[in-house]
Amino acid sequence: MPTSLPDAEALCNALADTLRAHIDPAATALVGIHTGGVWVAERLHAALGLKIPAGSIDVSFYRDDYHQRGLHTNAKTSQIPFEVEGAHIIIVDDVLYTGRTIRAAMNELFDYGRPAKIDLAVLADRGSRELPIAATFCPHSLNLPDAQMLALERAADGRLAFRLVAKEAATESPATPSRAKRGGSGNK
Amino acid sequence: MSVLHAQQNPQLNRHGELTHLLSIEGLPREVLLRILDTAAPFSEVSEREVKKVPLLRGKSVFNLFFENSTRTRTTFEIAAKRLSADVINLNINTSSANKGETLLDTADNLAAMQADMFVVRHASSGAPHLIAQHLGATGHDHIHVVNAGDGRHAHPTQGLLDMYTIRHYKADFTQLTVAIVGDVLHSRVARSQIHALTTLGVPEVRVIAPKTLLPTGVERLGVRVFNDMREGLRGVDVVMMLRLQSERMQGALLPSTQEFFKSYGLTPEKLALAKPDAIVMHPGPMNRGVEIDSAVADGGQAVILPQVTFGIAVRMAVMAMLAGSG
Repeated sequence: MPTSLPDAEALCNALADTLRAHIDPAATALVGIHTGGVWVAERLHAALGLKIPAGSIDVSFYRDDYHQRGLHTNAKTSQIPFEVEGAHIIIVDDVLYTGRTIRAAMNELFDYGRPAKIDLAVLADRGSRELPIAATFCPHSLNLPDAQMLALERAADGRLAFRLVAKEAATESPATPSRAKRGGSGNK
Repeated sequence: MSVLHAQQNPQLNRHGELTHLLSIEGLPREVLLRILDTAAPFSEVSEREVKKVPLLRGKSVFNLFFENSTRTRTTFEIAAKRLSADVINLNINTSSANKGETLLDTADNLAAMQADMFVVRHASSGAPHLIAQHLGATGHDHIHVVNAGDGRHAHPTQGLLDMYTIRHYKADFTQLTVAIVGDVLHSRVARSQIHALTTLGVPEVRVIAPKTLLPTGVERLGVRVFNDMREGLRGVDVVMMLRLQSERMQGALLPSTQEFFKSYGLTPEKLALAKPDAIVMHPGPMNRGVEIDSAVADGGQAVILPQVTFGIAVRMAVMAMLAGSG
């Protein structure tokens, strides 16, 4: 177990600084992945002064473990308030892990149109990829044992912080956790 | 949910997940709320460039309609297709002699074709339940059954889409007075609505109908009965009209449709007795000038077309929940 967790606030600032040098604020659209990615996207949107409203995506309908685990409870409505066709989109998430969530998010985005370009920005990359997916912008990498999940939390005052949780508890369960046929993860 | 409850309710599997949708009666409040919550993100899917999500890709959904219905069948077909399922429509003539045997033979044959879901409409109450039971007994419990209307018994997806509509416009069920008006006797929709409303905590559910169109003992379902429409509509938040089902009427239950309209048709003048922001619902198809005046049906308080739109999302949610259950 790592002695200290990365500082989410500092990583948010570092990510914003990196992006500032690479993007056109008038022509870049952010799409945050529920729930942590949406918080980070909100921060980045404000820090970068982007003109296009940020979107949010819930990948429940595109997950590859639906047939093992059933439909996610508490699926949120995806909201893409801009024209996807021809857009430069940056998918924003808190932690990059297996890559399966990003695969699902890209599939979902293409059902709104054909983007000109998609990048991926995350606060942290914890390794253990199961798909050939890499972040374009990522200020921090770390290795974590498979039994642990890195979860982003938002306090009442809006501050973001990372916390380590045991995988069983972190598994966003379908109707009942007892049913999971596969020892699954949060599918990031 | 207790294990005991899960075992007793044929709609829930041993993990308490919804595996068939046969009736709203007997479903706990949490399950109803979960369906309504799940329907919300599905309603956004229908507004996209590509109105489809891949959840039921490769699944075969059979629409088994033993009773005619273009409308309900179409909405189920659209919902299944927007979930990427393959949909097979079967309109089955019910005139064959031994209906019980035909029904289960049909189910066996479709199970042998690797069906994944049956959407069943039948003139006999309990037919979808019988199919679900039979599938369980013959080792086909991976096939899910949705009741699309059985006899006078239930029409659960209609009841659910009505609840979705009410929640969309009125938010809090526990503050509402709701009136169900018209031909309650022949209406499976009314039964599903009453069970849904009482389960969701609506404090006052009223039923407005002539004595001849009320089932005996309807009060036992937890409703207040009114024979005078004007009295019954006073101060309500939601008016749920029912279709007068003349085709199901034998003998003289009514003097005439004109007489019915005079006493129980929803006119602007009668609607004025409800709260000013009351919404008007109808499950369709409407008999204009029989149970509802065109001025109301096309007026600002009617939410009849939104009901149709919400119905797709609710049916998508139900099918996705069933197909994803263990």
